[in-house]
Amino acid sequence: MAYKVILAETDIHRVLDRIAHQILEKTQGAGDVVLLGIATRGVPLAQRLAERILAFEQQPTPVGTLDITLYRDDLNRHSTRAVGHTELPTGGIDGRRVILVDDVLFSGRTVRAALDALSDLGRPAAVQLAVLVDRGHRQLPIRADYVGKNIPTALAEQVRVLLKETDGTDEVRLTEGTPA
Amino acid sequence: MIKHLLSAADLDAPTATLIHDIAAEMATVAGREVKKLPTLRGRTVVNLFYEDSTRTRTSFEVAAKRLSADVVNFSAKGSSVEKGESLKDTAWTLQAMGADAVVIRHPASGAPNRLVNWVHGSVLNAGDGTHEHPTQALLDTYTMRSRLGTVAGLNVAIVGDVLHSRVARSNALLLHTLGAKVTLVGPPTLVPPVFETLTPDVRVGYDIDAVLPEADVVMMLRVQKERMNAAFFPSWHEYSRRYGLDAARVRRLPDHAIVMHPGPMNRGVEIAPDVADSPRSTIVEQVANGVSVRMACLYLLLGGRS
Repeated sequence: MAYKVILAETDIHRVLDRIAHQILEKTQGAGDVVLLGIATRGVPLAQRLAERILAFEQQPTPVGTLDITLYRDDLNRHSTRAVGHTELPTGGIDGRRVILVDDVLFSGRTVRAALDALSDLGRPAAVQLAVLVDRGHRQLPIRADYVGKNIPTALAEQVRVLLKETDGTDEVRLTEGTPA
Repeated sequence: MIKHLLSAADLDAPTATLIHDIAAEMATVAGREVKKLPTLRGRTVVNLFYEDSTRTRTSFEVAAKRLSADVVNFSAKGSSVEKGESLKDTAWTLQAMGADAVVIRHPASGAPNRLVNWVHGSVLNAGDGTHEHPTQALLDTYTMRSRLGTVAGLNVAIVGDVLHSRVARSNALLLHTLGAKVTLVGPPTLVPPVFETLTPDVRVGYDIDAVLPEADVVMMLRVQKERMNAAFFPSWHEYSRRYGLDAARVRRLPDHAIVMHPGPMNRGVEIAPDVADSPRSTIVEQVANGVSVRMACLYLLLGGRS
């Protein structure tokens, strides 16, 4: 299917550099930050952000993974989904500033599920959201604190984020047509 | 995806492995502050128990509640069953109440297979007569995997009253599917030669001491007095001496081998108390794993589009 490249490899690098700087700025040095990647592609993004925060200011940041399958609100609309792995960093999330990391912010339902999951896992001091791409069309009152790129899209279009860790290459594509 | 869980033979290796993988994630819930997931909110699970059971019924109940399902416990004792209601009429009643899943334990082999025709929801076999107990086999293989790393290639000795044991049957079937080698051991009256036809590679043996040095897993079974209508062995003392697992026999096992028992145990009959309480024993783990595995089964059967 025909697609347009919205972010190439170097763009993704620059965008993540900027988000890491913004996190350091907004959190006064990221001392209390825990990065939680939302499975699947939020996980490598969270790891990359932690590497940059370490490189820029020598601040080690705990990284965890969050699988929200069991908290989805559309489970009974699809056939049963496999469950991914959830792992909090040692030290947990209580009293920390948790930054959820995901690839695409769309309806907001994934973030809603992640917030529900978080409240079952502990009590963070604050929760923020970082996304590589915000494509609009929110169905819930949710916004991101750190956005890599805002992309105006039509509902029928598809945004695909490819990452080296999961897909072998770094690229963000906008595909026309109807998703499955 | 599967709708019912009636027999361990219905599970292929990928499905069983998927259940194990999901169970491993479910197990983390037990260590959390909030031991609950919203996954099955609004679903109703009926525990329909025609036989006494503490561990399995409680295990299913905890599993369903951890997934936020509503649980109705229906035991035959003190119910309309004692007034003569048939399984079919009970099933229709449950159907009318909107059960999304029925977990059934019944003294008659095959009862869950009949129930499938009378309810719209999923049916989970929690033990039918001397036939099958698939979730027990799933939790036992899950326990083997978490203790020994894998199930494929293991030598598993199942020892005792195989004839009356749905646990043995379901385990032998699932272990075969997952690539383990099973040896059924016991007195010939309780392990008749016909069991050699259960799976293509199952073996039958009558000498426990010959089997132990090769075993990675020893699964001891309870002698089921309640299902026996004849004398299957001369005396309890003789049974215990020839087939009981005591400390001396445990020393014949390889160092890594584990000792399993589905419970309830007859301490001093099929298993010596010091063996049951030893670090090799997985008996308490099996109970904890039972909840995780049943959560995985309920999620798999009820989690998707109905």
